[in-house]
Amino acid sequence: MMERPTLAAEEAAPETIADVALDARDVNAWYGKKLAIRDVSLEFGRNSITAIMGPSGCGKTTFLRCLNRIHESAMGARSAGQVMLDGRDIYGPGTNPVVTRRRIGMVFQRPNPFPTMSILENVTAGPRRTGLLKNPRLLRESAEEALTKAALFGEVKDKLGAPAATLSGGQQQRLCIARALAVKPEVLLMDEPTSALDPLSTLKIEELMENLASDFTVIIVTHNLQQAARVSDYTAFMLGDADRVGMLVEHGPTQRIFTHPRDSRTEDYITGRFG
Amino acid sequence: MILTGFCSALAAGLLIMLLGYVIVQGWGAINPAFLTQLPRPVGVSGGGVANGIVGSAIVIGLATLMAIPIGGLTGVYLAVYGRGLGAEFIRFLAEVLGGVPSIAVGLFAYTILVQPFSHFSGFSAAFAFTVLMLPLMVRTSEEAIRAVPISIREGALALGLPDYGSIIHVVLPAARPLIITGLLLAIARITGETAPLLFTAFGSQFWEVNPGNPMAVLALQIFTYAISPYDDWHRQAWGGALILIFAVLVLNVAARLAVSRRTKKL
Repeated sequence: MMERPTLAAEEAAPETIADVALDARDVNAWYGKKLAIRDVSLEFGRNSITAIMGPSGCGKTTFLRCLNRIHESAMGARSAGQVMLDGRDIYGPGTNPVVTRRRIGMVFQRPNPFPTMSILENVTAGPRRTGLLKNPRLLRESAEEALTKAALFGEVKDKLGAPAATLSGGQQQRLCIARALAVKPEVLLMDEPTSALDPLSTLKIEELMENLASDFTVIIVTHNLQQAARVSDYTAFMLGDADRVGMLVEHGPTQRIFTHPRDSRTEDYITGRFG
Repeated sequence: MILTGFCSALAAGLLIMLLGYVIVQGWGAINPAFLTQLPRPVGVSGGGVANGIVGSAIVIGLATLMAIPIGGLTGVYLAVYGRGLGAEFIRFLAEVLGGVPSIAVGLFAYTILVQPFSHFSGFSAAFAFTVLMLPLMVRTSEEAIRAVPISIREGALALGLPDYGSIIHVVLPAARPLIITGLLLAIARITGETAPLLFTAFGSQFWEVNPGNPMAVLALQIFTYAISPYDDWHRQAWGGALILIFAVLVLNVAARLAVSRRTKKL
């Protein structure tokens, strides 16, 4: 049996979330005709970090991709349900997924800097191409601010014009975080952001996440229990059923989920009996 | 081993002989006058193929201008949205079109752009060339765009760029070197095409820069000169052939350079 992961030694988050920034209700997603997740409902507290964990294929990434409606950009993929962002459904009639994605940013599993752009161009790509900012001076300022928030500015300030591909993997991932922050989102989705990185780069990004939570609502998908325990205030546990349809098993303050899970399947997963 | 080696040597030898023969025969014909003067009437020695070179540039340029948006956007469609029967049908069509003899394409251009107007034109030749370029353009641009990881496009979508914005600002720049390679190869393919020109551009002895009129095109001039009974014209045909081979060579080398520069970058 595995050791229970150690928890961050901080005050436990309350069981009920007082200030809900994002509220997913009965989210379903399909790839073609195959149902991938069924009726997932989950609340995310403002300026908190929520970890969504579960074994491979449990639909956690699919669920995350429904939260900014990027799931439906793939051919044949479809999603349905309600996701309330500050009380308004991003799936409601007349809502534009393109505009929604400016309010809900995303960082991907593998660093994906735009290959033909410099470091600076990568960070300004969002505000520049969405028409948020036009003035070169303001663009540069916002880029520096975003790079600073992503704890990368010091390392790249002398080579902002260099191709993004010249950075290391960990730096590229922080560049992608800066790129997402430059659009000034309210929510930041992170899809296993450290799974392609070495331990040192992982540590840097985990430290960074703590700081980000003071400005943003952070939702991170991870298959790494220790990571969920280390960084998150709230934890949700997902599992696929016999037909590989993902469902939410339980969620709550990270402290409680890891010490007193209410569902035996969560207990089994945390103690390493499967997954 | 011996047999394959022998055949390889034979193939290489034939190519070298061909190149050498064209150079030996054509070199003597090439001089400043050949490159800058108009053809002279039969019996008058000297003169050049300047109008043919310019005509080639105009016809190929027009064809390229038409093929880039059509071929490129079809490639985008197939690579990004191309699923299901419709897309398969377009891919199949492009493949079939790639195998259609150029003389048949020329005949088609003649039927829809020459006959109705009772007038040969450089434009009808450019149209035929566009049709000949499209299959290669469509296939290479689809492959080039497919080679850009989907995560790159999703990165742009996640920033709140619209669908077309993600393609224009992020995917196409990343795919550009390979698209340019395909374009250069497509241009190289049509540069030496002669058959469709016979009944589209038709040829001209004069300076003609208006593609609405019959035009001189280098490949066509080579054909006309080569089948003529005059030694002076034969010589000029070789000179023209040398220029064509050189142009195609330059295009092929440029295409290779575009690819190698890309691979070095990644």
